Amino acid sequence: MMRFLRSAFVIGRRDFSATVLSKTFIFFLLGPLFPLLMGGVFGGIGARVASQTERPVVAVIAPEAEFERLEAAREQLVVALGEEALVKLVGYRPEADLAAQQKRLLATDRPPVRAVLSGGLESPHLIGALAGDPATLGQLKLLIANARTGNAIAAPNLPVTNVEESSGSLVRDRAMTAQIGQMLLFFFTILLSGMLLSQLIEEKSNKIIEVIAAAVPIDAMFVGKLFAMLAASVVGIVFWILGGALLVQFLKQGGVQTLPQPAVGWAAFIALGIVYFAMNYLLLGAAFLTIGAQASTVREVQTMSMPVTFAQVLIFGFAATVIGAPDSAEGLAAAIFPLSSPMAMLARAAEQRAMWPHVIALLWQAMWVALILRMGSQLFRKTVLKSGPRRPWWRFGRV
Amino acid sequence: MIDERNAVQAIDLVKDFGETRAVDGVSLAVPTGSIYGLLGPNGAGKTTTLRMLLGIIDPSSGTRLVLGHDRPLDAAAEVGYLPEERGLYPAMHARDAIAFMGALRGLPIAEGRRRADALLAEHNLGDWAKKPIRTLSKGMAQTVQLLGTIIHKPRLIILDEPFSGLDAINQARLEELIRGEARSGVTIIFSTHVIAHAERLCERIAIIATGKVVFDGRVDEARAKLRPIVRLRTRAADGPWRSAIPAQARSEAGEWVFELPEGGPEPLLKALIDGGAGIETLAIERPGLHDAFVSIAGDAAAAAMGQEKAQ
Repeated sequence: MMRFLRSAFVIGRRDFSATVLSKTFIFFLLGPLFPLLMGGVFGGIGARVASQTERPVVAVIAPEAEFERLEAAREQLVVALGEEALVKLVGYRPEADLAAQQKRLLATDRPPVRAVLSGGLESPHLIGALAGDPATLGQLKLLIANARTGNAIAAPNLPVTNVEESSGSLVRDRAMTAQIGQMLLFFFTILLSGMLLSQLIEEKSNKIIEVIAAAVPIDAMFVGKLFAMLAASVVGIVFWILGGALLVQFLKQGGVQTLPQPAVGWAAFIALGIVYFAMNYLLLGAAFLTIGAQASTVREVQTMSMPVTFAQVLIFGFAATVIGAPDSAEGLAAAIFPLSSPMAMLARAAEQRAMWPHVIALLWQAMWVALILRMGSQLFRKTVLKSGPRRPWWRFGRV
Repeated sequence: MIDERNAVQAIDLVKDFGETRAVDGVSLAVPTGSIYGLLGPNGAGKTTTLRMLLGIIDPSSGTRLVLGHDRPLDAAAEVGYLPEERGLYPAMHARDAIAFMGALRGLPIAEGRRRADALLAEHNLGDWAKKPIRTLSKGMAQTVQLLGTIIHKPRLIILDEPFSGLDAINQARLEELIRGEARSGVTIIFSTHVIAHAERLCERIAIIATGKVVFDGRVDEARAKLRPIVRLRTRAADGPWRSAIPAQARSEAGEWVFELPEGGPEPLLKALIDGGAGIETLAIERPGLHDAFVSIAGDAAAAAMGQEKAQ
């Protein structure tokens, strides 16, 4: 066993140095900035486009006084529901030819009109493309009713005493923590899949694989490579977390202390987050290392990258079913399925206090890491080195 | 039967790749401290045999014993290996590459660097110790890899086609290095398809053809399988002397070439003189390993070896 560990260390040390001491590692560290910038830019554009296109506009053909009553009723609803949730009203003075005016308004694109309301408050009539949009119709009915009575939803005085948290707010906040935790875990690991896929290409293309395979067990090479990349990614993550915390400290009032408290507490949550990151990395990494080891060219690795990324997104989606319902059938399945287990269990840590499920989950995940690595190295020996194993699969590190 | 005096022993090794049998019942015995050559044409099964002896691949059947271990990787710390397809990490410095190869075999990295510096200086590459491999010439990189093979002072060195790609000067250096290691008691196995190297270096050889060992023994035993060759040039084109030379004698560039008859040189010489041959030149040559190889492995294998000559 000592020889196995020493061999893994030699391989790992080489890979770690080659990765972290290379100039390209700076780009790796700066990598998360690109999606954040892209998200910011395209998110802002998307939100603006959505607000412009999705909020329905209703043209109201009515005398000014009636339109103002409708607008007043709308303003009252805005207080409760928010501006973005309500239809937008645009007033037009009635013209002699109502039918022609309706037709023209429905055709205008300044602004694009969903429907035209005419007939005043007493005998309103709506014309427009409203099939499949009951919300707009419902809002208009409510607005007309309120405009007719003048002051129907006058708000009563409701004194409020604020407390820091209630059961309802706790559930909501912890769900948010779970979501953020899962997102971070997913984000950190998705960056690494491409690196892991190509881990063995260097040795295979340099032909140094023969020297290594003649000197150390293939299992040790896999373990060394995996832990080297884990260590390199931990360097990256420490950098990113410190950068992220600084960013939150600057941007969010009250800093990181205002983030929602997880169920197991911050200390345990961070500790579990680190352990689950390692497990998530080792599980996905072992699988990707195995897949990538079968490739013999960079082109093959590139071809594999897309399905592998999609597989990661699917696993993330599966793990996300835990949030808000860790004890549901889907939640338990996500916690049991090895590749989604770390993300699912981190979400559970945010939402439930019990620690014993984590002990079991970590043992379960560790077992799968060993199993996948074992299968991976055997597959490598069989398909790449063209050697069939003659010994039982559970005998690690012996040839 | 296992003999513990042997550094390497293989008994009936078989390797199948799917439907193809690459190695078919190879048995070898490499005495400790010897230089042992594995001869055969490309595709004969030499590399596959070596890879099995090293534990890179497992045999489909058969037994191997390397420095007393039936699992070759258990002996890894005492074995050095230079593969046919050379490879180093291009970004690594020369001394680090050598130390890394030593570390793979259990040599502490600091000690590996110290020894690497000394070895590089010894081989006139001291100035290149801290240069990346990618900046070295092909010959230099091959030397670095060879130094990485011996950095941990192995008891057994296995070299797969070590001379391929080397120029004449580096081939001579490598031959000297092999002899030097052997003098210090190291067992050396190398494969080659160039017979001249084996002839110059080896005490024992195995000839492999189409996955089978067709000869395993001393080089002079291989040669002894052939009778000496007579090269005769005469003034007389014909005459009674013709009955003294075998019917299989062939004519090459004005010479008769044939195996020395059973009776030896004296009766032959007498019959030629008495028969009025008018001997111009007569040479009796000891057969070379190449001739022995042709005889043992067959013409087809010899043709496959491409008649490549060492420089």
